[in-house]
Amino acid sequence: MGPVLAAVLQLLALIGALALVYVPVGNYMARVYCSKQHLRVEKWIYKGIGANPDAEMTWPAYVRGILSFSAVGVLFLYLLQRLQGVLPGSLGFSSVNPAQSFNTAVSFVTNTNWQSYYGEQTMGHIVQTAGLAVQNFVSAAVGIAVAVALVRGFARSRTGELGNFWADLVRGTLRILVPISVIAAVVLVACGAIQNFSGIHEVGQFMGGSQQWNGGAVASQEAIKEVGTNGGGYFNANSAHPFENPTPFTNLFEIFLILVIPFALTRTFGVMVGSVKQGYAILATMFTIWLGFTALMMWTEFAHHGPALQVAGGAMEGKEARFGVGGSSIFAVATTLTSTGAVNSFHSSFTGLGGGITMLSMMLGEIAPGGTGSGLYGVLIMAVIAVFIAGLMVGRTPEYLGKKIGAREMKLAAAYILITPALVLVFTAVSMALPTPPHSMLNSGAHGFSEVLYAFTSAANNNGSAFAGLNANTDWYNTMTGLAMLLGRFLPMVFVLALAGSLAEQKPVPVTAGTLRTEKPLFTGLLVGAILIITGLTYFPALALGPLAEGLA
Amino acid sequence: MNNSVTNTARLLWAGLRALLVLTLVTGVLYPLVVTGIAQGLFHAKANGSEIKADGKVVGSSLIGQSYNLPLKKGQDTPQPDLRWFQGRPANGLGSNSLNTRYTLILSGATNLSADNENLIKQVRDAKVAVVRDNSVPGYTVQPSQVPADAVTSSGSGLDPDISPAYAELQVHRIAAKNHLPLAQVDKLVKDHTTGRTLGFVGEPRVNVLELNIALEDLTAKK
Repeated sequence: MGPVLAAVLQLLALIGALALVYVPVGNYMARVYCSKQHLRVEKWIYKGIGANPDAEMTWPAYVRGILSFSAVGVLFLYLLQRLQGVLPGSLGFSSVNPAQSFNTAVSFVTNTNWQSYYGEQTMGHIVQTAGLAVQNFVSAAVGIAVAVALVRGFARSRTGELGNFWADLVRGTLRILVPISVIAAVVLVACGAIQNFSGIHEVGQFMGGSQQWNGGAVASQEAIKEVGTNGGGYFNANSAHPFENPTPFTNLFEIFLILVIPFALTRTFGVMVGSVKQGYAILATMFTIWLGFTALMMWTEFAHHGPALQVAGGAMEGKEARFGVGGSSIFAVATTLTSTGAVNSFHSSFTGLGGGITMLSMMLGEIAPGGTGSGLYGVLIMAVIAVFIAGLMVGRTPEYLGKKIGAREMKLAAAYILITPALVLVFTAVSMALPTPPHSMLNSGAHGFSEVLYAFTSAANNNGSAFAGLNANTDWYNTMTGLAMLLGRFLPMVFVLALAGSLAEQKPVPVTAGTLRTEKPLFTGLLVGAILIITGLTYFPALALGPLAEGLA
Repeated sequence: MNNSVTNTARLLWAGLRALLVLTLVTGVLYPLVVTGIAQGLFHAKANGSEIKADGKVVGSSLIGQSYNLPLKKGQDTPQPDLRWFQGRPANGLGSNSLNTRYTLILSGATNLSADNENLIKQVRDAKVAVVRDNSVPGYTVQPSQVPADAVTSSGSGLDPDISPAYAELQVHRIAAKNHLPLAQVDKLVKDHTTGRTLGFVGEPRVNVLELNIALEDLTAKK
């Protein structure tokens, strides 16, 4: 069997596995967020927080909950790194400097997991497990909570109430993320991922001498890193490191973990709005883009254009032998079309067009299937815009899921789709115009520009992967990517929740013969088109200067 | 005004308590439970899949090593020890600049782009070296025979594997340098080749450390 056929079969196996769990996982998540019952342990936790989980929140209250929880999260993680030098259980690693601590704290709280540090020489056990991994859970739970609040906005009427943030946060963590992660972590250990709390191992070598490795709770962090679409690696090489991703099977399994919740949330959405067909239409949109991008990536990577790759006879630079071109291509698209940013191969050494695909994937807003929660709310915003475009074409007031899309709703949706590109392009332009930031580039020419464009695309979209040649551990990049991550996470969330609030207040519009049928393939086609055209128009000039210039040279 | 300050403070206090409780669950209990299960059921794997030869630990089957001659005076980079199977280049590996009382390997890739002059040179030089090192009297390696993994650095820099094609390319050299029959070395490579999982997942590969341990056994027997 050739590598291309093997790659296609892997892709089919992945689709089969995702299809198998789609309904049960999606239905389960819907039950979690609709249930009136609290588990006993949850009741204890609510007592600890001092929150009443049954108190409904309006959208401003929901926003305040998220912002306070996240602000505390950033501060806590910042202090944990600043104090690492005096904390026990840190392998004696020294404290992290202020700019990098700020960057890393923001990075993990915003579900980005951009890393300007080398995990194996910087972060000890305490920061990794009690700091970084905790945010892997809760930042993912926050993302799902916002998506669920938006879905409630569509599902409810004549109320401003969107649910309770604390209840959504705790349930998402305890009932969804923790159980999946425990199972996933044990599977990873069984295949060779390490899981211990020992210090630095000194191990003999075949030719004599010894090598030193970090021990650590790697498998437990790896599991939530993928399930929560976080992406922050324990080691610098991330999921290319054999202790994080030891076998071809774990590679496919990790891709599955990345995609499972974002895809299944469309089912949750369908169940909660009372029409699973609406969920299928959104799923079809995500799936079409994901499959198309994966096919394109395989094509360009197997074709291996680019001088160095042609001399080598294959695009294996930055790729592991056990995954090959196929397993690396599937991973690269899954990680950038979600907000994950974990890598099992290094995107900077992909073909010019392959690197461009990873960038374009993020620029779509990470909605196919997107991050845990953020993918669903992102695609629903695009659906609102697609409905609006369709409304303009037929001259009818647009409506979606029985809710009118009026001026206020459109302003919020437009603000949502403008904020991220504005952050990406402005930060990139300023970094290129100033005298010192370009010194961080490793490669020159078009690819050097791509490194900077990639960095801010990744930060503002909360992805976290990198064209990692860029030396991002400077005060400029630590501060500016930090700001891009903060603004790129929380401003869109505010717009989404405001939209959810105004939808929830409306009374439903009855379905008539003139209603656009948003559960039909025609709408899926319209939505895919809207997504590609809006992103294309926004980013084409920047992409032309970077990956297109390199790929078509 | 005063009211909003109190409200904000109350909210932040709730946020802090939520964070601490969830840290207990996901940052303490979760890793401890997983570690317990891992250490109980998969002790060797959870601790790094260490591998022994003659009763001595010689590394991890998951972590690639270099098989070089000792560095001679005036050399910047050590020469490969051609008696042993060679792994992939690892030009992206680094050494630690922080917490330097340890000598930690920093995993990583070169991150050089496909049109980068340095990468083109690295690949060209590696190809020349592979052809030169593996051509022995009576057997000349053609540049077109050299697989891509032999001349490119991996993502982690710690790739434990090479492609079967690269292993087979080295068979003639290994047989000549160790004075072993070609068929015996060939069989060794075949025995240590792992196919795709279930026939289609991943790529066929040969674990270099395990192969070299087996080779050492073979030469010792002789």
